Amino acid sequence: MSDSKKPDDKKEENGETRRDFLYLTAAAFGAVGAGSVAWPLVDQMNPAADTLALSTTEVNVSDIAEGQSKTVMWRGKPVFIKHRTPAEIEEAKKDDTAELRDPQTDAERVKEGHEKWLVTVGICTHLGCVPLGQKDSDVKGEYEGWFCPCHGSHYDTSGRIRKGPAPKNLEVPEYTFINDTTIKIG
Amino acid sequence: MGSGKREKFENPAIEWVDSRLPIFTMMQKEYGVFPTPKNFNYFWNFGAIAMVMLMIMIITGIVLAMHYTPHADMAFESVERIMRDVNHGWMLRYIHANGASFFFIAVYIHIFRGMYYGSYKQPREILWILGVLIFLLMMATAFMGYVLPWGQMSFWGATVITNLFSAIPLVGDSIVTLLWGGFSVDNATLNRFFALHYLMPFVIVAVVFLHVWALHVVGSNNPLGIEPKTKQDTLPFHPYYTMKDTFGLMAFMIVFVIFAFFMPNALGHPDNYIPADPLITPAHIVPEWYFLPFYAILRAITFDLGLPFTSVIFCPAKLGGVLAMFGSIALLFALPFIDKHPVRSARFRPWYRIALLSFVANAFILGICGGKPAEGFWVPLSQFSTFYYFAFFLVILPILNKKEPVLDLPSSINEAVLAKNKKASA
Repeated sequence: MSDSKKPDDKKEENGETRRDFLYLTAAAFGAVGAGSVAWPLVDQMNPAADTLALSTTEVNVSDIAEGQSKTVMWRGKPVFIKHRTPAEIEEAKKDDTAELRDPQTDAERVKEGHEKWLVTVGICTHLGCVPLGQKDSDVKGEYEGWFCPCHGSHYDTSGRIRKGPAPKNLEVPEYTFINDTTIKIG
Repeated sequence: MGSGKREKFENPAIEWVDSRLPIFTMMQKEYGVFPTPKNFNYFWNFGAIAMVMLMIMIITGIVLAMHYTPHADMAFESVERIMRDVNHGWMLRYIHANGASFFFIAVYIHIFRGMYYGSYKQPREILWILGVLIFLLMMATAFMGYVLPWGQMSFWGATVITNLFSAIPLVGDSIVTLLWGGFSVDNATLNRFFALHYLMPFVIVAVVFLHVWALHVVGSNNPLGIEPKTKQDTLPFHPYYTMKDTFGLMAFMIVFVIFAFFMPNALGHPDNYIPADPLITPAHIVPEWYFLPFYAILRAITFDLGLPFTSVIFCPAKLGGVLAMFGSIALLFALPFIDKHPVRSARFRPWYRIALLSFVANAFILGICGGKPAEGFWVPLSQFSTFYYFAFFLVILPILNKKEPVLDLPSSINEAVLAKNKKASA
């Protein structure tokens, strides 16, 4: 009777048993199983394939006169396309060295060779309102760009945040010029 | 529940059921003879009133869901159809919309009652925590319900509130996309909000069941805040409190129907009668009145927290506001563990009474601030009020724990009631 214990319960040298190992592996498999069931239930809430399929949009910009803007919808959000005047571009470049909350040069916010086109997502980076400034009659704020009426954020002619509660510049979406008059956003 | 000895019922049908499922015995025990302190005042009506409001909301809600279409292109018009074409639709919708407000009124008074008379204190901590959980679930449900008519305030309220989650570092934007099911508040968002708005009330019912269960284990608190000791301190729940609750309920319902029938839009916002437009933001986005104090706390944090004189920022203003807002509710959960003073009722805590009544006044000030544009004088005022809100829990209550004198309490509920009656008749 020198060895009456079952092999399972035999203490190994470091004090752990085979049973401990079985518990751990069973729990690990259980956790992986639960996770793989839970993930589809969570991920179904993410954008569906048809929503993602609508995630690019092409815009003809030839009809936007200098100094005018156009608002288009992209992914359910407004996108501001502004045909800037030389004076506005000048102003934006001059302010590259001003004190900026979210420092970016104007050159970083436009495509090289297409400096007159500023394309931004028309959503205030504070809490998601649509800033004013697209129409001639709109209030454009102290920096002649856009002004958000919700909580008073002022954006400049490069769409950079200059004053008010918003933390960031107006977002520049991913876009490319297909040719000189057509932009593909997304 | 259900175990132990059971008395026979005379009615053979009832007895037949009860001997198999002792539901009548349970009702008799929990709502018939249930011993209840005999000194309740009218503040003790509001639990029952809130329960009735929940039932009204569920019944009108289910009926409205039979006519409502949860689609971004059709939701607004289906609500207008309910208002114009569905038989009694206008009444059902106005009862549902104003019912939300009056549910919150009842619950706010119920919460105040709990705070004033120390109902959260040992041994009722879990009872209180379940109550705060119900409040939190109500807020989520009400928020999603307000989105369903798909008017301008629905849309932009949903945009602003879901955007709050983008303040969370690193994963914030992914969470917002997950909540939206797209890249903005859109049809997918409306659809899931409808599904959840239908689900949540039943979750609330389940938590209410636990809340009432916990209540029936520890028994009700009372205006004196002392435990009943003998039979003379209590009354059977029926007919004494069934009657008192019914009377209070009727008085409350009179005010409710005045709103629902004669001024149904007084508590709403006219902009919500404009269909949702993702390209135009209303000038002032205001939540429903019952969220205003928390909205004011959210907007009161207008400053970044960081190392002074450097550009290092630990907590940007947006995140700070979100943390303060959720923190203000988290503190309610923690209240039983913050307030350790041995006396329950504010009747015998003159210092606490002043602090609490100022807290209530402060909550009203926050509510007013939340409804005003965040500019000028309203910003420092809401910052001061937010400071007092937090100081009440984190500074004043701990000081009162140590410093507030413990007054002599009446030796029993019965004695206090008799002494009061004697005084009144003298």
